[in-house]
Amino acid sequence: MAGAPSPQSRKPPNRLPQGRTPYEPPAQSVAGQVVDALLMLVLVVITLYLPLLLKLAGGGTTTKTVENPTWESLGQNAVMAAQWEKLDFTPEKAATIIGTRFDYAFNWGAMAFTALIIVGYFVFLFRYSDKQYREVIAERFDGPPRN
Amino acid sequence: MTSTLQPAAAPPSAVPGTPTAEVATEKSRKIALLRVLGPGHVWALGVGIVLVGEFMGWNFAVGKGGPLAALAACWLAGILYTCVAMIDSEITSTVAAAGGQYAQAKHIIGPLAAFNVGLYLVMAYTMLEVSNAIVTGDLIEAFAHSLHLEGTVDKRAFMVLTVVALAFLNYRGVLATLTLNLVITAAAFAAIVVLFVAAQPWAPGAVLQHESLLVGLPYGSLGILAAMHFGLWFYLGIEGTTQAAEEVRSPARALPLGTMTGMMTLLIAATLTWYVSTGLMPWEYLGQAVTPLYDAARLTGSRWLELFLFLGTLFATVASANGCINDASRAWFAMGRDRYMPVWFGAVHPTYRTPYRAIVFFVPIAILFAISTPLDQTITLSILSGLLGYTLMGISIVLFRRKWPLGTIARGYVHPLHPLPALLLLSLCTVTYLAVFLGYGTQLLAMMAFYIAASAWFVLHRYKYVRRGEQFTMPWPKPKGY
Repeated sequence: MAGAPSPQSRKPPNRLPQGRTPYEPPAQSVAGQVVDALLMLVLVVITLYLPLLLKLAGGGTTTKTVENPTWESLGQNAVMAAQWEKLDFTPEKAATIIGTRFDYAFNWGAMAFTALIIVGYFVFLFRYSDKQYREVIAERFDGPPRN
Repeated sequence: MTSTLQPAAAPPSAVPGTPTAEVATEKSRKIALLRVLGPGHVWALGVGIVLVGEFMGWNFAVGKGGPLAALAACWLAGILYTCVAMIDSEITSTVAAAGGQYAQAKHIIGPLAAFNVGLYLVMAYTMLEVSNAIVTGDLIEAFAHSLHLEGTVDKRAFMVLTVVALAFLNYRGVLATLTLNLVITAAAFAAIVVLFVAAQPWAPGAVLQHESLLVGLPYGSLGILAAMHFGLWFYLGIEGTTQAAEEVRSPARALPLGTMTGMMTLLIAATLTWYVSTGLMPWEYLGQAVTPLYDAARLTGSRWLELFLFLGTLFATVASANGCINDASRAWFAMGRDRYMPVWFGAVHPTYRTPYRAIVFFVPIAILFAISTPLDQTITLSILSGLLGYTLMGISIVLFRRKWPLGTIARGYVHPLHPLPALLLLSLCTVTYLAVFLGYGTQLLAMMAFYIAASAWFVLHRYKYVRRGEQFTMPWPKPKGY
């Protein structure tokens, strides 16, 4: 399926009424570019890598320990036990994996805080983007005559 | 060695006589990306990145909710990605520019949103590349163990080798890179089909033991919600088909065709994968396995099948990492070209005509994460960046239709039932945020901290280097309401 008119029939005019002067950005030095690039790397390391390195982020789990585990005490039927053994697991080796569970205890305060951060982020993103977008459109379509 | 420190490639679809055309003519004197890719390459780029999701990572959904919850998550995520593919096909076939969703956000929402979308893409693909490198290392170690060569293989060496070798391949040229992807993606898909057939699904109990291995919902219905987190991994990255828009010969045809056929391929592969894996492994093992399909092959007792799935997993991870480097670098390149990032990154290699600086820049980060972070964490970082992008995509299509109603600009493809796919997409995104919050809430906040800090940096510092009017390069009329 395709839309109707060709782009040519709707193209923006070449010469438009006098409008705003196009914004001319400053030139950035090579050193400034290097600093900006490194800043992004530092931001990745601080916000994403360090929490993992310091074990501040990750799966919230609890582990149930079983003394002298057997396949039966770990809740595994005969077929399950056979498959574990084909994978080179003994009940002792498998006990930690079987006993580990996610902790889904709900903290409403933490959830509300997280939701607030996400919604606030998107609201700011759209509002500020729209403000910048209006500048872009004004300069693109209402700018001074182009030669 | 570089051709220029200025933005390099010409904007697409310039109309003669317009200001865009003048800009395009001026810029076309500089080096542009090569338009050499067809629908098959687009399919390979999308599926090649994503197919690895069947070989690893998806099974963490079993760990979060049990096997039945993972199946529910598989299909719910399939609906989410069908919405993504529909919306993305319409926008991409209309805004065909390198950077994909980044370029789309620039034209439809605005600069800050585009900057964030660019970062989503870069982070999602880089963390996916990291996950692939981790699995490659673990897989080779497991295979060596299977051959009784314990202790002779350092998996970290293979993780580093994967990242560096594929970065080099991408540095050398996109056609060779994606043609290779086409071949190894087809081989990896064949491995899934062969495993499914070898498991004799027509004879329950012969190889597959669903009756004894399938359990109910160990976490209750909350587990279905929680499993949605890793359910996205079955398909994450399919939207990567749009990243090579400037290198596709016929974007309006090839992009929707490649994306939609890719989605169908993945839906089939995801279902086959779930069925075979849950019939061979206890759910507790499956829920934490690094290489579940390779393990499934081991459990069939066939050495040939084990070898085939070893190669299939290896091919899938390599194809995915390869596509990820391609996509992340193109998004970063597009941002550099527009000065959202230092313009130095917007250069194209004078001989290979690839965004070589953007390719090399992320190699150290990829290596750092690959050798020192757990797989479920890097997967979560990738999923979260993708999820933020899908949320924005749902709102973006509503704005797109409002600013340029049907009939006002030429669209390569118009998706049906608007705005239902957008509303469904936003609802499923909300569910997935909640799913990630269950068990990985701290990481969700860490990711938000990254994007909020990056946005503050863009608003307060970086945007002053960006030309305003030049960000809008499409030959469209003024948007409605502006």
